[in-house]
Amino acid sequence: MGRALTRIAHEIVERNKGVKNLALVGIRTAGVPLAKRLQKIIRNIEDVDVPLGELDITLYRDDLAIRKNQPVLKRTDITFHVSDLIVVLVDDVLFSGRTIRAAMDGLMDLGRPAEIQLAVLVDRGHRQLPIRANYVGKNIPTSREENIRVFLEELGDHDRVCKLGSGG
Amino acid sequence: MGLKRKDLLSISSLSPDEISLILEASEPFKEVSGREIKKVPALRGKTVVNLFFEPSTRTRTSFELAAKRLSADVINFSPSSSSVVKGETLLDTARNIESMQADIIVLRHSSSGSAESLARHVRSSVINAGDGWHEHPTQGLLDLFTIKEKKGRLGGLSVAIVGDVAHSRVARSDIHALIKMGVEVRVVGPPTMIPPFIERMGVKVFSNFDDALPGVDVIIMLRLQLERQGRSLFPSMREYAKLYGLNSERVQRTGTDLLVMHPGPINRGVEISHDVADSCQAAILDQVSNGVAVRMGLMYLLSQSQ
Repeated sequence: MGRALTRIAHEIVERNKGVKNLALVGIRTAGVPLAKRLQKIIRNIEDVDVPLGELDITLYRDDLAIRKNQPVLKRTDITFHVSDLIVVLVDDVLFSGRTIRAAMDGLMDLGRPAEIQLAVLVDRGHRQLPIRANYVGKNIPTSREENIRVFLEELGDHDRVCKLGSGG
Repeated sequence: MGLKRKDLLSISSLSPDEISLILEASEPFKEVSGREIKKVPALRGKTVVNLFFEPSTRTRTSFELAAKRLSADVINFSPSSSSVVKGETLLDTARNIESMQADIIVLRHSSSGSAESLARHVRSSVINAGDGWHEHPTQGLLDLFTIKEKKGRLGGLSVAIVGDVAHSRVARSDIHALIKMGVEVRVVGPPTMIPPFIERMGVKVFSNFDDALPGVDVIIMLRLQLERQGRSLFPSMREYAKLYGLNSERVQRTGTDLLVMHPGPINRGVEISHDVADSCQAAILDQVSNGVAVRMGLMYLLSQSQ
């Protein structure tokens, strides 16, 4: 995981030719510690702290009305102006693409970013929307019935990615 | 986890866990009101009807703003401009509104218990925005939210509620809310304004304001309802202001950490002096902005619980 994040950090810096006008926004919950790790690695490369934000997408979900258990609402914490910045959204798993759609809507309500890019630790396929990631830690082919879970130290576990069978 | 109920009718029917849940859910909405684009799509396509049978600007506007910032459609319904003057009953009015597929009905009515009886007959969620002398639960919630925000906690605090407790639905909701969250409550007022047996709610009663001041963290001043019955309950306005008004001398004696609250609209120079109302210890305007956040949180939770 560490090596994948280091590579992503380098790719972000390379693609954007430095860290000028760059900002990282983690999608709650797992995207936040991942964004923090990327910020740390970028600091080691470029010696700059890029702005870091936390985005809660609950209110933008398209399944709010049909979900049985209500998702826990948390706070969006983006203290900088996103307008004219290159914002890199960070999340753990890219699956249907619906979370990213909600995150982009949420971000747009805060301003008009110059560009939105997407970094994910795992891409497991099965997109339901025309969305793709700019930076991928690892592509893990899955069946629809399987489940991918990312465990992180910051969330009280040791770092690992698990593929769980159907119903798991 | 969510709110497992259709309506919000009173604080007395809520559990401490439910109160905590509503306060927690309101927190993120404060940030939304601070944005440039003050809108989130959580209640898109839902309809909220404000059904106000009593005059109210503050509460109605607060509910309207809260619903609009959640992207709901809002209809304001007031009796003077409607079929109520033609003799329609509350229930028939509400059934008509329900037939137009309203998801949430916000009701203010002069009869105690009106929200509860309405909730039993309609499928829409009902939020009590004040029913007679009974309760005004969202005011109780936003007062808790404001105290928690300013003091960092609720449990262990001491709060004085001063004024016409007997005729105040705000006081009733505040007392229930504060007691449930582990706050010590002191009620202060002339005996004509303190309902008998109120000690049974778990509060301490004081008829002398100054006796209630030592060690108090928050003072909630109630509005003297001059248009209702003020006159017969105390000899003169000047005497009331002297004995039960909050002035800077009383504030100074209590301490610099004292938080002063008032549900509004304030009668300057009667229950609260000019300098106190405008001081930095007064959280009166914070209460107003927190009211929008708490009502957003509540409507979000209710819309999810169906």
